[in-house]
Amino acid sequence: MHAVHERLGATMTAFAGWQMPLRYASETAEHLAVRRAAGLFDLSHMGEIAVRGLGAGAAMDYALIGQLSALRPGRARYTMICADDGGVLDDLVVYRLGEEEFLVIANASNTSVVFEALVARTAGFDARVTDATSDYALVAIQGPESAGILAPLAGGLDLAAMKYYAGGFGSVAGRSAWVARTGYTGEDGFEVFCQPADAVIVWDALLARGAPAGLVPAGLAARDTLRLEAGMPLYGNELGPDVTPFEAGLGRVVKFDKPGDFVGREALAARASSGPRKRLAGLTIESRRIARHGYPVLADGDGLAGGSGGVVPPGRHVGAVTSGAPSPTLGVPIAMAYLDPDVGADQALSVGIRGAAVPAKLTDLPFYRRRQ
Amino acid sequence: MSVPAELRYTPEHEWVSVEGTSASVGITEYAAQQLGDVVYVSLPTPGSTVTAGEPCGEVESVKSVSDLYSPVDGEVVEVNTELEDDPSLVNAEPYTAGWMFRVRVAEDGNGDAALPPDLLSAAEYEELTKSAG
Repeated sequence: MHAVHERLGATMTAFAGWQMPLRYASETAEHLAVRRAAGLFDLSHMGEIAVRGLGAGAAMDYALIGQLSALRPGRARYTMICADDGGVLDDLVVYRLGEEEFLVIANASNTSVVFEALVARTAGFDARVTDATSDYALVAIQGPESAGILAPLAGGLDLAAMKYYAGGFGSVAGRSAWVARTGYTGEDGFEVFCQPADAVIVWDALLARGAPAGLVPAGLAARDTLRLEAGMPLYGNELGPDVTPFEAGLGRVVKFDKPGDFVGREALAARASSGPRKRLAGLTIESRRIARHGYPVLADGDGLAGGSGGVVPPGRHVGAVTSGAPSPTLGVPIAMAYLDPDVGADQALSVGIRGAAVPAKLTDLPFYRRRQ
Repeated sequence: MSVPAELRYTPEHEWVSVEGTSASVGITEYAAQQLGDVVYVSLPTPGSTVTAGEPCGEVESVKSVSDLYSPVDGEVVEVNTELEDDPSLVNAEPYTAGWMFRVRVAEDGNGDAALPPDLLSAAEYEELTKSAG
């Protein structure tokens, strides 16, 4: 695929040992194309881990915080893998390919961590864990035109009947693929898992078919702003070993009522009853400047102002930005941040942007929700 | 990638256009492409003094924020206020509508602008961007 991206003029970026397209031309134009028509993403860096066996469902229930044994074949679920202390090791999409076969999609930077944890945690079950990352390429088509572009190229799949977070085996451009109605952009769309040797054929066919409908190739930069508008967390920004799903506002992903024990249950139950230590919030920045990862969130009007003129502006620290970017859809910079749990909805906030306190407004997540 | 022959350049990817003792400054097309879509430009205040090689502003893109360095010594006489409303001009037309600020530079002995000796020619700058990949 590298040659394809170079031919399309991509700026490439090193990511978790992969060279991936950051943008082809303008990331803002790519973002808007996904919202209005469609975008095509090469996500072959994502990790794929197969879990197979008669005991695969029970093994997944023990290893992850979700109840994957209840997932029907052909369905997908968003879930997480946590440490004993409840900290998030990665967030995952899990497909149940068959009664005894699951496919776990991990973030590229976490694939080996997730693989090793799954191997260790499933040791007592009738289940085999395989790192299948090199067996799959992943091409995602996202945006309102996706189904119309993909349908004429798809074989053996009823895309119109395919529900969100469902998938099936079939073909795309004549190549075998697992096709699922999933994504990370807040739009309708599909993810096509095919053999790496078929990726260029699938990519080129989708691009040729979709271009007249407004489909453009889109890079990781657009993917990041799309998922931020959609309020979706990113491992390394909103998620990490120092937070539990409850801080991230994703407590519903923890299935305490599933049968049997699971890794992290005790710590997560304690966190559920004591309440999160901080909470993930949306911010709209009242400036053109971007509130970036790590910038402090400040509460104004606390009488603690003592402006030093240095790097940190006055105000009481009440949190930190986890992700920030201009929102092409809303036309203003947006951010997600972890805030102290006692920060009220009417609290005047600002973000310390390189020495200046820039006003910011608490905003409900997600920033963007597609029309159904 | 365009590198106009009549301009002078810095290793930090600014360009300078000199007319008499007036020096116009912007960032190169290469820099704009590397940064991606520019969303905010912070420029020096008119009337302030800038020093060659020292930061005098910021260029913020979707993915990063970079210092803007002055290529010359002198007094800022004008800034491109269009960039406040439309910072994407830096990407679209880096050498023309995307200019950033103008500096009045001291005269050398011959009535020309006194420029730092280490500014790069177009050929030298192009070489630098190629070796950077």
